[in-house]
Amino acid sequence: MNARHVLLVVAVSLLLVAVVAACAPAPTPTPVPTPVPPTKAPEPTKPPAPTAVPATYKIGVVVSVTGAQSSLGVPERDSALMIMDQVNKAGGIKGPDGLMHKLEVIVEDDASDTTKAVTAAKKLLEQDKVHTLQGASGSPMSIAMAAEAEKAKIPMISYASSSAIVYPALTAGTVVKIPGKPDHTASAGETWVYLARLYGAKEEDLMKANPDIKVGVVLPWVFKTPQENYPVSSVQADYWKAKGVKKVASLGVNNAFGLDSRLGMKALYKEAGIEIVADELFQPGDKDFRAQLTKIKGLNPGGLVVHATSAEGAAITVQFRELGFKIPIVHNHGIGAQAFIDLAKADADGVLFPIGKVLVADTLPDADPQKKVLLQYIKDYKAFTKDAPISTFGGHAWDGIQMAVTCFGKVGSEAAKVRDCYEGLKNFIGISGVFNMSATDHTGIAKESLVLVKIEKGKWVFVPADKYKDN
Amino acid sequence: MKRLAGRTNAIAFIVVAGLLAILPAFLANNYQVSILILVALYTILTVGLSLLMGYAGQISLGQAVFYGMGGYITAWLTVRAGWPPLAGMAIAALITAVLAYIIGIPMLRLRGNYLAMVTLGLNVIFELIVIQETAWTGGPDGFRGIPKFSLGGLVLRTDLEMYYFAWFVALLVLMLSLNIVNSRVGRALRAVHGSEIAAETMGVNTAHYKVQVFVLSAVYASIAGSLYAFWLGIISPSVYHISFSIELVVMVAIGGLASVWGAIFGAATVTLLAEFLRNTLPHLLRGASGEQEIIAFGVILILVMIFLPEGVTTGVMLRYRRWRAGREALKEIKKSAETMGAE
Amino acid sequence: MALESQLLQYLFTGVTVGSIYALIALGFVVIHNVTGIVNFAQGDFAMLGALVAVTLTTRTPIFNRVFVADFDLPLPLGIVLSVLIVSLIGAVLYFLAIRPAKGASIVSLIIITIGAHFAFQGLALIAWAADPYGLPVFTRGGPLEIHGAILTRQNLWVIGVTAVILLALYLFFERTMLGKALRACAINRLAARLMGIDANRMALLSFVLSAAIGAMAGIVITPSTFMGYDSGTFLSLKGFVAAIMGGMNSATGAVVGGLLLGIFETVGAGFISSGYKDAIAFIVLFAILFVRMSVGVRKGQSQFEEVGM
Repeated sequence: MNARHVLLVVAVSLLLVAVVAACAPAPTPTPVPTPVPPTKAPEPTKPPAPTAVPATYKIGVVVSVTGAQSSLGVPERDSALMIMDQVNKAGGIKGPDGLMHKLEVIVEDDASDTTKAVTAAKKLLEQDKVHTLQGASGSPMSIAMAAEAEKAKIPMISYASSSAIVYPALTAGTVVKIPGKPDHTASAGETWVYLARLYGAKEEDLMKANPDIKVGVVLPWVFKTPQENYPVSSVQADYWKAKGVKKVASLGVNNAFGLDSRLGMKALYKEAGIEIVADELFQPGDKDFRAQLTKIKGLNPGGLVVHATSAEGAAITVQFRELGFKIPIVHNHGIGAQAFIDLAKADADGVLFPIGKVLVADTLPDADPQKKVLLQYIKDYKAFTKDAPISTFGGHAWDGIQMAVTCFGKVGSEAAKVRDCYEGLKNFIGISGVFNMSATDHTGIAKESLVLVKIEKGKWVFVPADKYKDN
Repeated sequence: MKRLAGRTNAIAFIVVAGLLAILPAFLANNYQVSILILVALYTILTVGLSLLMGYAGQISLGQAVFYGMGGYITAWLTVRAGWPPLAGMAIAALITAVLAYIIGIPMLRLRGNYLAMVTLGLNVIFELIVIQETAWTGGPDGFRGIPKFSLGGLVLRTDLEMYYFAWFVALLVLMLSLNIVNSRVGRALRAVHGSEIAAETMGVNTAHYKVQVFVLSAVYASIAGSLYAFWLGIISPSVYHISFSIELVVMVAIGGLASVWGAIFGAATVTLLAEFLRNTLPHLLRGASGEQEIIAFGVILILVMIFLPEGVTTGVMLRYRRWRAGREALKEIKKSAETMGAE
Repeated sequence: MALESQLLQYLFTGVTVGSIYALIALGFVVIHNVTGIVNFAQGDFAMLGALVAVTLTTRTPIFNRVFVADFDLPLPLGIVLSVLIVSLIGAVLYFLAIRPAKGASIVSLIIITIGAHFAFQGLALIAWAADPYGLPVFTRGGPLEIHGAILTRQNLWVIGVTAVILLALYLFFERTMLGKALRACAINRLAARLMGIDANRMALLSFVLSAAIGAMAGIVITPSTFMGYDSGTFLSLKGFVAAIMGGMNSATGAVVGGLLLGIFETVGAGFISSGYKDAIAFIVLFAILFVRMSVGVRKGQSQFEEVGM
């Protein structure tokens, strides 16, 4: 046997190992009930024949299970599959026709890539004929998918936070007339909502002043469950004001998430009279932030604002402590995962960030409307995934899927009706907040859904607004 | 012999074009059409890279740069400057060609490892520029609102229309490439690949030809990039990541170095394999996702390079020819042995 | 913060970051010297070293939470074992992918190591999922403060390990028979073979050695930068640039190149633009290649045109 034969044998067995490793029960303790064959799904709009099984309600989910955004995609996938199991174990969804419909959640991986997100969305829309589309984990993928959903006229709920997903952005370079103020030249990612915040005006008034700009306030078929970045920045600004800090430095990831978060910061900190003395950037996946931090240290700011997700956020925090900073460090909601604490360990202590309530569910007052739902979700998720850590990202998917389940139960699977149902959701108690959607607000949650959380001895602790000063 | 090759190519060309023309009749939906549009775009990219790698013996790990330039320049010209799509596409190709020429002259003096790393570096820098210069490129959210391709009053609105257009362009590119390969330039290129010093001695200006192939591959990539932008209407930086450049090398490795027809095979195999895994794996094993795909690509690359270093199509054909030649030779020997025995 | 202490801080940071690049560059140089191959999977040795060390020393759920690795070895033992395991992986890579492709062109060899990079990444993704992992700092205690600039104990470890590895390599290549045989292979393979040196064994040795160096590099940086399945890519890129800066065939050059690159990057990010920090390495690379090439042209030949076995 020569070297080549040995190699062939090894290569084949390597592939086998890969397959076997994947066979190992993924985060599902129970086997799939009976997956519906991928093709030839019963036509949803036709009324079911008397003897036929009621049509399955289908949700197509595109998330980033691999690639740069995988820390978001994995809990999103698991939360979505968990609800499918729960619903089907209970017999399905009782539709408006009074029959029990099975629920099918089809999950696709976009590998954090826009092209793959679009082809996955097309597959779900065209081949699987899903009744609603959900995802993606990242903003650029969600924006690209939104175009497909709009074209197909199928309602979509995104799990990414960028406001550009639901609010179409103005073309960069567009000159916008601002009533009573000098003209504004739009740069990338700016929306009517952003301009309204920046100039303290109403969206409708701005649009009236610029009749030739043919961009609406929202995309009709697209919704999203994560908080906007505006309320996050707003909570941060409240904190700085309470502490009496006037100058802060910013360190943000150079992607869609960071861009949106920094836009929110710029608009709301200006309102609050806080100066941003440095607006430093880093690339997704960077490991070393000491160069940026050294520069920031030289500027003597009163605090540091970080726009990052867990891995980079933790490395920034560790290196921030290494460099001997003595100022408060405030993150945004990107670090709402146990992974952040596990990585940064003792250095995480003292970190503050605004986030949905799921992380501090057990310390919330009993009167909180979300508390019961949050505790139940945490219990179910831990059981389903064999004790995987809780994050807010899984909650974004939970909200989206539960909205779909609710609407299927109310109006069935017809696209236009589901869309109207999404837009009409009021007092919907979810993981990310209590949602109140409307014709101009396709996110539905605001500042009230957020709390300021501090990490103390490796645990998340709820900081009430009157205690900002002391933290 | 040469004329025979020409005739075979012409027949193959007609057969492939015919198959592609009737294929949509057998497709169930726009998703499948979309996958084949991607195969067309990747074929255009792969042909260029295959010529560069196979004939000029140069590796580029930065083809995504030219793909991206095509996309972004087209987007800018059509959206911001309001140009018609065809003009945007042509000017994008022209600008890309000029840039490829300027960077190609010094760069192609490097060989092998260095060139690989320099092209990779270019890719990293390109991605940073696209993310960073938000005023021009739309930044990380991407460049949106790119119009559909149109010519005169004809607008390519549906995926099916785009399918025919993309394959029309892809076949034009294939035809052009076949002509180049079978021309004087092609012979010079093969000489460069065989032995650069020998070619130089024979009076072939190797550097000149190498730069020409490099520019050609860049123009192909730019055209594919423009088509992509027209088709999706949005382009974003993640599309032009180095991993895409490397995926193109995988397509060439499978399709075959220096193989024009292999490009279709390589592009189709990689694209369809990825989609096949996406469609079947979750049904076989719940929770399975991209891990297997990454490993499969890695192992395929290593195996192909060890067993069929000329690429799958070229390698298999070579081996088949060798096997047939061997059998003929064996027959000859037997025959002569028989005649000798009869004497 | 005074300008003086800020400059000093940039220097400290640059040297620490640069030491990492230097370690990866050393791995490149060892393999390239002996075999002429640029191993694109070099950064993955660092990734594997770190993740194996994490698995051996802390409780880690692996393979999609199917197994929980609960070895809980003391850190020094875990590090030694991890370096050994990764060295073995280096040997396996050589036997499975490099040796069978003997005589392949440089383009084929590049593609093979890229394939290996994919395979390592995929296997790491299956084993450790997409989460990043950290290690505890090697020695506890406050940082040093010099003129207002901070130098942590882990930074000292990073710089120290680089220095020790450089010294060890120097002694190995200059003072041992085996090391001299390796060098002989690097200078002239055919002559070395005529002298009775087994080139295959030397190539194997170079892969093992550079895997070990890579693993050590990965382990020593993990306490402050963390490591995930995809961390290898950028380590490879930056390490390769450092190796070219150092001339691609000198260990000392690789270390100097790494340190300079680290300092350039840090100062560039501080004074020019942090958004373009990752571009700095490649701009430096282009500048160096073109300068050397024009010098080479003037001398009548360029060493960069002659790259091969």
